[in-house]
Amino acid sequence: MAGLFQRLFARTGAAVPFTIDGEPVEAQEGDLLLTAILLHRPALRRFEFGEGHRAGFCLMAACQDCWVRLADGRRLRACSTPVEPGMAVMIEDDGRD
Amino acid sequence: MTEPVVAIVGAGPAGVRAAETLARGGVRPILFDEGERPGGQIYRQPPRGAGRAAAELYGLEAAKAAAIHRVLPDLADRVDYRPQTLVWNVFQSRLDLLGPDGYGEQRFDRLILATGAMDRALPFPGWTLPGVFTLGGAQIALKAQGMSIGRRVALVGAGPLLPLVAHQYAKAGARIVAVLDATPFAAKIAQLPGMLAEPATLVKGLWYTARNRLRGPKVRYGVGAIRAEGRTQVEALVYRDASGTEHRVDCDAIGVSFGLLSETQLADLAGCAFAFDSLTRQWAPERTPEGRSSVPGIYLAGDGAGIGGADRAELQGRRAALAVLEDLGRAIDAAETAGLDRRLARQARFRNALEGAYPYPAHLLEDVADEEMLCRCEGISVGALRDAALTKEVREMNRLKALTRIGMGRCQGRVCGHAAAELLARACGIDIESVGRLRGQPPVKPIPILGGAP
Repeated sequence: MAGLFQRLFARTGAAVPFTIDGEPVEAQEGDLLLTAILLHRPALRRFEFGEGHRAGFCLMAACQDCWVRLADGRRLRACSTPVEPGMAVMIEDDGRD
Repeated sequence: MTEPVVAIVGAGPAGVRAAETLARGGVRPILFDEGERPGGQIYRQPPRGAGRAAAELYGLEAAKAAAIHRVLPDLADRVDYRPQTLVWNVFQSRLDLLGPDGYGEQRFDRLILATGAMDRALPFPGWTLPGVFTLGGAQIALKAQGMSIGRRVALVGAGPLLPLVAHQYAKAGARIVAVLDATPFAAKIAQLPGMLAEPATLVKGLWYTARNRLRGPKVRYGVGAIRAEGRTQVEALVYRDASGTEHRVDCDAIGVSFGLLSETQLADLAGCAFAFDSLTRQWAPERTPEGRSSVPGIYLAGDGAGIGGADRAELQGRRAALAVLEDLGRAIDAAETAGLDRRLARQARFRNALEGAYPYPAHLLEDVADEEMLCRCEGISVGALRDAALTKEVREMNRLKALTRIGMGRCQGRVCGHAAAELLARACGIDIESVGRLRGQPPVKPIPILGGAP
């Protein structure tokens, strides 16, 4: 699946392995959870009040569009949370029917 | 005598300069920052370990960004800096906090609110598709992460952020496929004399526009009828140019917003009186030129109490801090305050001209369909608003919120509140000022029910 965001500047920094819907992917130290996901996927979560997906909107912790769910039960605002090794992001299998 | 507790909320240009001025005046302020490093959104820094040269990320604003970023490290422990700390309520002389160590409180004697602003959104077909971001969001992807929001990016706006983001994206090597200004070109020419109040800023604006023409697509002015198309994510942007011709641009991401909105919730909770600003069509807490609010002990600086931009925010931060020192009975330099007041007056003249150069894009609200989503949090349509106006005689924003949940979702009306007021006023045939404003409610942002670190 193609990602939405494009890294324009290569930089040094440790690789950060995490998973999206069980698939192993990699981010880099200093990436936010939002950008880490959107480098690999076109969206962050399913929309809970209707059809479709959401990918965030303001990136400044105001619009609350980017809350994602982890397999361990945590819910995180992805634009203000650094990605951590081992995070297991659930997009399609988000605990709802 | 115990030292007075002076708290500042927000570590953008206003909050940082306020903290610096207080520290130099012999007061050690507590500076609360929801972010992890100072700079606010306009000078947002990358997380630690992800640094880039400022020139690559901020363009011509690099020197100012670097200066703001240096202030707190230079002051060291003369400022009590509390990053990653959300102030989610003001109750009398107490702040309610959520920080790295969980919930907390802070009593204060004086409070400077420097809460900043966010992009003003307007609904259009497809605006909730993945790939649509605000211009500010597009800028943060670049500044804080060194990333572009897509492979083929269209930018749409109605304010000075549009040429700035276009400049920064082009300089970073992103592929920009359209730069669309919803306001007319003639308005910019008409306001040139007023913008000469700040010639350096005007020259930068002209430079961005000229560079954008050299590097990317020509800027189109006076566009309307915009819509994002795509099945599950953005695939194209469709718009009408000033002559009425429709265009379609293939793209996978759109940065779009129409001016800025002040973040006013905490000022509201602090009991500050508000006034309607007809130029920017929004309510803002009243402040004197020196930064005093209507409530003794509460001071206001920067875009959180009316849009003025980062340069003015720095001046207002310093000025409000001087007002605090003066009210605490400390000696302040009369020449410094007089100089700041002169520069602030010049900034105000420039700002009025700038607002005139980017007039409100009311034409984008003319034909919004009933089925269009207004509240992105909970998926409530424009039709629900019109139905409430028609069948329940709703004429006021808080009544609208109670009956439709518009403004009651996770964002607390930050995203939909402005458009809802404009559309409610139109549905009722009254002016926007008459429908009022959404009251601020604690917590001003979502917080976990269980304490401890979120």
